[in-house]
Amino acid sequence: MTALLATQGLKAFYGDAQALFGVDFSLSQGEVVAVIGANGAGKSTLLKCLTGLVRAPREAVRFKGEAIGSLPPGEIVRRGLAMVPEGRRLFPSLSVEENLQMGGLTARKGPWNMQRVYELFPILAEKRHNPGTALSGGQQQMVALGRALMSNPEVLLCDELSLGLAPIVIHEIYAAMPTLVREGMTVVIVEQDVTMAQRVSKRIYCLQEGRVSLQGRSDALTREQISQAYFGL
Amino acid sequence: MLETIVQGVLLGGLYTLFALGQSLMFGVMRLTNTAQGDFIILGAFAVIAGTTLFGDAPLLISLAVLPIAFGFGYALQRYVLNGTLGKDPLPSLVVTFGLSIVIQNLLLEVFSADPRSIETGGLNTQGLRIGESLSLGVLPLIVLAIALLATGALQWLFANTALGRSFRAVSDDREIAELMGLDAKKVYALATAIAFVLIAVAGALQGMRTTVSPSDGPLLLLFAFEAVIIGGMGSFWGTLAGAMILGITQQIGFRFDPGWGIWVGHLVFLLVLVLRPQGLFPKTR
Repeated sequence: MTALLATQGLKAFYGDAQALFGVDFSLSQGEVVAVIGANGAGKSTLLKCLTGLVRAPREAVRFKGEAIGSLPPGEIVRRGLAMVPEGRRLFPSLSVEENLQMGGLTARKGPWNMQRVYELFPILAEKRHNPGTALSGGQQQMVALGRALMSNPEVLLCDELSLGLAPIVIHEIYAAMPTLVREGMTVVIVEQDVTMAQRVSKRIYCLQEGRVSLQGRSDALTREQISQAYFGL
Repeated sequence: MLETIVQGVLLGGLYTLFALGQSLMFGVMRLTNTAQGDFIILGAFAVIAGTTLFGDAPLLISLAVLPIAFGFGYALQRYVLNGTLGKDPLPSLVVTFGLSIVIQNLLLEVFSADPRSIETGGLNTQGLRIGESLSLGVLPLIVLAIALLATGALQWLFANTALGRSFRAVSDDREIAELMGLDAKKVYALATAIAFVLIAVAGALQGMRTTVSPSDGPLLLLFAFEAVIIGGMGSFWGTLAGAMILGITQQIGFRFDPGWGIWVGHLVFLLVLVLRPQGLFPKTR
């Protein structure tokens, strides 16, 4: 089966510092894939390479067979990839609704619009005129997720959705995933919460110091295998 | 005293126009344009040159200069200033300082050091008498009206339009704005284009109100900078308020002694800088 999104021998740098050392990663249509690893393992860098925030060699990233490694972020969004960034990063001077509108700036045709986002997260409709950053952490994460959905992506890349949130809020956020998958969306989640990653994903990649240290079906990997790949023990 | 305050408000209107472009560029790009005053003078000389070449129609020529200023500002940001933006503010300061010197010398070369003004057919000397002791200049009243209109229009643009939303988004977080599909460099260029329209308006009105000479720019930059700092960086109503405070304090100073006006304005600016460095009304939009 041809991969929807794939990297081959992906290397990434921040100035002189190398963050990824030849990462091979692939994703098929409709899959939920988790990328796990300790802090600094290269998880967020991988997502930034996929979305153009960190430049990659053109041929190292392919989406539907097209080399997209060196394209600017806007071009990649137009092709159908959207990201929920780590730490949510809402626009502080924009209201909830304006944040969502920004997500729809380069919207492709599809089922997601403002109304659908409000149906998925009704609390956002109530707070639509509030500044995005005046909301609770969980509600801000809903805005960040909704903002990414507004572009009607084929692939949704979620960076640390659970970061800094209470367990009950994390479950509330992840409860939206089945809806997205049912509609044919392909999802990549970067998570430090291994239990949650295993629960929601079909396959797992574990990164360690910029390299893939383990990959496999989420239900087939044991805790020992994951611990070894995660910590290098 | 009432007359002093009213004259101060009228002067504040002019300073608002000097400062709005600066406030816009700083608010969107965190770029301090040290050539702001020289670009205002360049705008005045563009109208003077226009009236020399095409006849005595200052209003029409001023209006014709506006789209040219828009295009010039867009190109300047797109092809020169965007390359200076980054975490370090020094490159943009150095480049705009360099532009300031180039403009001053260019104007000296083309127009000489002689002060010139834009002929308005006597508009700059017309006055409105209000009551027994108060007389207001018609041109300063027009300047104040344009300043209020420009401030309100900018505020509306930022709060209610997709372009304003884009300005705020790239100002908040350029990386994420680009992730949403915005081309930050184009957004910056549009912000500078609008700032240059305001600069051209300020230049034309300054040239109508008084004489201008190629070396006037730095003083106008100082007034613009003081208004922005007093009001609070990145807030248009704050800029208006800062300009009014500067105008009123200068007029109060002038009342005591003609040599004190500018000095008292600087003193208030320094006091705000020491006591409230974020300005009196920071980032209200």
